[in-house]
Formats: sequence, structure tokens, C-alpha cells
Amino acid sequence: MMSKLHGLREPLFHVSKRDECGFVKACLIRLAAIALALCVCAVVIFFLTGLNPLEVYEAVIDGAVGSNRRLWVTIRDALALLLIAVAITPAFRMRFWNVGAEGQTLAGGLATAAVMIYFGDRVPSALLMAMMLAAALLAGMLWGVIPAIFKAQWNTNETLFTLMMNYIATQLVAFCIVFWENPSGSNSVGIINQQTRAGWLGELFGLTYGWNLVIVVAVTAFVYFYLRDSKQGYEIAYVGQSVNTARYAGISVRRVIIRTMSISGALCGLAGFILVSGAGHTISTGIAGGRGFTAIVVAWLSKLNTFTMMLVSFLLVFLEKGAIQIASQFSLNENASDMITGILLFFVLGCEFFIQYKVEFRRGRKAVRE
Amino acid sequence: MNTILIFIQNAIGQGIGILFGANGEILTEKSGNLNLGVPGMMYMGGIAGLAGAYLYENAVVAPVPVVGMLIALVCALVAGTLGGAIYSVLTISLRANQNVAGLALTTFGVGLGNFFGGSLSKLSGGVGQISVAATAGAFRQPIPLLCDIPVIGEALFSYGFLTYFAIALSVYLAWYIRRTRRGLNLRAVGESPSTADAAGIDVARYKYVATCVGGAICGLGGLYFVMEYSGGTWTNNGFGDRGWLAIALVIFARWNPLHAIWGSILFGALYILYLYIPGLGRSMQEIFKMLPYFVTIVVLVLTSLRKKKEDQPPESLGQPFFREER
Repeated sequence: MMSKLHGLREPLFHVSKRDECGFVKACLIRLAAIALALCVCAVVIFFLTGLNPLEVYEAVIDGAVGSNRRLWVTIRDALALLLIAVAITPAFRMRFWNVGAEGQTLAGGLATAAVMIYFGDRVPSALLMAMMLAAALLAGMLWGVIPAIFKAQWNTNETLFTLMMNYIATQLVAFCIVFWENPSGSNSVGIINQQTRAGWLGELFGLTYGWNLVIVVAVTAFVYFYLRDSKQGYEIAYVGQSVNTARYAGISVRRVIIRTMSISGALCGLAGFILVSGAGHTISTGIAGGRGFTAIVVAWLSKLNTFTMMLVSFLLVFLEKGAIQIASQFSLNENASDMITGILLFFVLGCEFFIQYKVEFRRGRKAVRE
Repeated sequence: MNTILIFIQNAIGQGIGILFGANGEILTEKSGNLNLGVPGMMYMGGIAGLAGAYLYENAVVAPVPVVGMLIALVCALVAGTLGGAIYSVLTISLRANQNVAGLALTTFGVGLGNFFGGSLSKLSGGVGQISVAATAGAFRQPIPLLCDIPVIGEALFSYGFLTYFAIALSVYLAWYIRRTRRGLNLRAVGESPSTADAAGIDVARYKYVATCVGGAICGLGGLYFVMEYSGGTWTNNGFGDRGWLAIALVIFARWNPLHAIWGSILFGALYILYLYIPGLGRSMQEIFKMLPYFVTIVVLVLTSLRKKKEDQPPESLGQPFFREER
């Protein structure tokens, strides 16, 4: 049969889909990609600075988990990133490209801060907390549901709509800061309720960020089971696979889109609540700090599995904190962290291909001649 | 009169960088790739051009502006192409998700730009901020003679050559996409890659070329901002959100480079409008800065409401194409 191909050259390589990639093998491929990425980063660091890359990596570890305080800051930021990643997961499962998590988080944070500022000393603390929570959830939901309604009714492109909503939220925050600034003229809000600590998430189990930990882990588990075991989760998966099939099966696609984005937006709002009440105690246009975008990468790399997201978000924040440490220790610019993260993401994104597909190179010419 | 003139000049100055980004993204999106890496590629182009010119000006005693300009141009084009190439390899060959790859590219590019922008002078043993006055002067050179005409000269001919190149490029791209065989093929790839594939068009090649050239054009946007707008200096995060505005402009222009020309000037005007309205408090200024995004959303909604065929995004925008998966 091969004789027919005589004279024709087999392509240099061909790609075929793997039947099933074992768990161990998949992990090995991912580890290899991370190792390769770290090698590339090491080469880049070496050529840029002439520093010993191993020393630099040592500084990374020191910066991320070197002391108890640093460890907890890393955990706190990883939790915030994780929560946003978990929040966008239902939308992504539905193939609704919500790139507006940044704006939804900001909206939630803004609502939280507003309640803290206007009601901070007037209502009992339990009620205050409930009001902040409700305001954050509603604001995030509102920010998420507007693009969803347009998507559901008129099929307006949701990627672009949610992207634009981010900047409207940013400007809204900038607008409010003018009224809330403290001290006046500083163009920043400062620490809200610094004396009374009204509306601050308190300690839990003696841990400063205990509440953050409990809330985020609970939400992570909730979303996991919601998507896996509930009827609504099943509908979301159905719409994500094929809108037409879902419609044929009697699912109201519109309702699923709007409902899912309400949940997704509200959970982003919750992340805003945690960032304001449980971490920064202030509001600025930078509180989300690009996490809304990084979270998309986290969610996607984790294959939308909320438990894998724990690992991935911790890894990314670990690197980020480490790179900031390199920056100060070797007096480099702290944006090196974004660059290193970017390189790492390229490799990890690229390696998924080798988990799904098999690349076979052309065998020797003999094989063709047979 | 004078205020209006300055307003127009500043609006155009703000708009041209966005116009480059939008043109690059239109070309990319016409091939069906939604590349959210535009801000990253703009930063990459900007810093590469600046770094090239800086190293050149530091290496020779009396730098020739034109040589510095050419070096900057080549560097920016190469860096932009590289950004597009990273995205292409990830999404086309390695079949990664487009949104995620684009966002990763933005993270990388913005980090790269700020990193080198902040530490280039230190890494090369100099002190202080980077400044490439000679090269920037070549970029800012207005059209001789014509720019001396009062009013008209100032309004129309007082810009560097990149401004006119951006407009010429838009016209060329509009013609290329709508009137040439290759443009037709490109649109076919973006609308329905499987149909294009069946018709014998090399889908992967079109996507690769369009995305890489688009990246190069975005890189020019960054270079424009660094050289002509900022006069050859770097400020960290100095681009602000212009990269995203470029993506907004693509929607506003409804994927037509000709609309992008006036759209970019309008966006530039909206971007700085708050500076020219008397009696605006600081709070209202922030509301005015919302305008470009708000207008974009309105246009996005209206185009989806009207369902006019010419105004729609490319049919397969953001969708991957793998021949063996239907």
C-alpha cells in the first residue's frame, strides 16, 4: 500500500489525537513545561542582569514564603485570586467569555466600601456586615448581568461587552474616590474606619485571614458541587456544549445565561467584599489589580476544576511575590514578575497541546520506500 | 480659536496610537483571531523601538536622527511581530484558547515594557531616565513648508510622519480587505474557516500572517506613543488603557479601517474632552473619562440589534479552527 506513496514525501511530522492521556503522564508533561519555562526565565534573567539564576530563585522562595508574614500575604492574595477564578468558572463552563471579572470585583468592592463609609458607625456590626455583603453581591451581580441580558436577548458579543464594563467600573471608582478621599486632596480613600475597625472582617481561629480562608474554601466547594451535581450545573454544561441541543432539550438558554452570569458576577462581587473588608480596608481603582484577568488564565489552566485552581492560583501568586522580592533584593524593576509570569503562562498553555495530541516525526526514508 | 486648534491637535495625538492598535487588531480579527494581547504588543513595540534608539544614541558620539528612526522602526516592527507570533503559535499550532493566550500575552508584554522601560538605563550602565531626543525629533518632524500655513497648517500638517502613515495604512487596509483576492480569502477564513479550507485556502497560513502583521502594526502604535506623543521618554504604565481602547475602537469602527480613522480621532477627543470643558469638578472629569467605553458599548449593542450583515464581527471570531474537529 505504501508503494502508492512512492515519490511522495511524508510530512516532517504529523499530529494525532491521543486516545487518553494518563493522569501521571499529563502531570509529567505539565511539570516538564514548568521546568522548561523556568529554564527560559533563568536564561533571560542571566542575560539581563548577569545574576546567578539559582540565587534569584532562592530569593523567589524567600520572598513568597520566607517568613510567617510573607507566607500569609501570599495566602491572602492567592485566596483572592482563587475566589475570582472560581467565580468566573460557571460562566466559562457555559462558554460565556466573561472577561469582566475585574469590573465585577471592583463593583463589589465599591459597594462594600460605600456601606462601610456611610453606615460604619451607625449600625450594629453584625447588621453592617450583612449589609456590606448584600451590597457587594448585588453590585457584582448587576455588573455581570447587564452583558448577560444583552447576550441572551440580542447575542451581543459578551467578550467585548464585559471588557468595556471593566473600565466603566474603574471610572466609577475614581468618581467615588473624589467624594470619599481622606485626607482631602490625597486622591485616595486611605484606611476606612481605621479607629473603629467597623466593617473589618475580624480574626477567626486566631488567624488574621481566617474568614477569608473559610469563605473562599466554602465557595470553592460550593461551585464545584453546584456545577457537578445540581440540575442547574447540568444545564450550564449543556448550554456550553451546544446551544442548539440545549434549546432542543427544552432548556431556556436565555434564562440559563442570565442566571449563571448573575451567580458569576455576584461571586466576583464577593471577591471585592473580601478584598476591601478582609484585606486592604480601602478602595482604589487598583484593588482588583489585574486579578480579574489572571483569574481567567487560572480557571482555564485548571480545566475549570475548582480544586485544581487552588494549586494554580497559589503557584502564580507564589511566583509574583517571589519576583517582587527579586526586584527589591537585586534592585531590579518589579515588573519583572509580570514578564516571568507571562513566560510561564506561554509554556503551560502550550503544553496542553501535547497532553491532548501526539506528535510523530517522520521516520527514516526507508519506511517510505517500503 | 486657539483652544479649538490645540484640542484638535491633542485629539489627533491621542487618537493615532489607538488607530494603529485598532488597525492591527482589525487585520487580526478578520482572520478570526480575537487577540486580547493588543496592549501587550503595543508595549513590546514601544519599548523595543525606544531601546533600539537608546542603545544607538548611546553608542555613537553624534547620532544621526534618521538612522535612529530607522532602527526604532525596525525594532518596533520586529517586537510587534514577535508578540503576534507567540500568540499565533499558541492558538493556531498548539490550539490554546484565544482569550487566555491573549491575556497572557498582555501580561507578558506589559511586564516586559515596564521592566525594560524602568531599568534599561541602569542595565546599560547609564543614569537617570531614558531619553532619545534626537530620534524622537525625527519622529516629530512636521511636514516642511505646509506646516507654516496658519491654522490649516497647524491643524493638518504639524504632525510627524507616523500620523500620516497611520491614515494611509487604514485606507490601504480597507482596500486590501475589501477589494483584493487575498483580502477576500482572509475574510473567508474569518467568517467560516471550514468553508475556506474546503475551497483550498491555507487557513493556518492566513491566520499566521494576519496575526503577525497585525502584531507589527500594534507595535507601531506603541512606538508612536513613545516617540511622537511622549517625545522619546518612558513612563511606567504610561500607555494607560489605550491598548484596550484600541480593541474598543475595532468594535466602534465595525471592523472597517476607514471608520477607524475618524473613530480614533473621536476617541482621542473623548479621552481628553474633560480637560477642555470649563467648570468641571474632579469627580465629573472621571465620569467624562468613561465616555469612550460607554460609546463603544452603545455601538456594540446597536450593531447587534440592527443585525446588518456588513457590521457584524467576523462569524468565527474567537472560535478555534481544527480541521479534524467539527
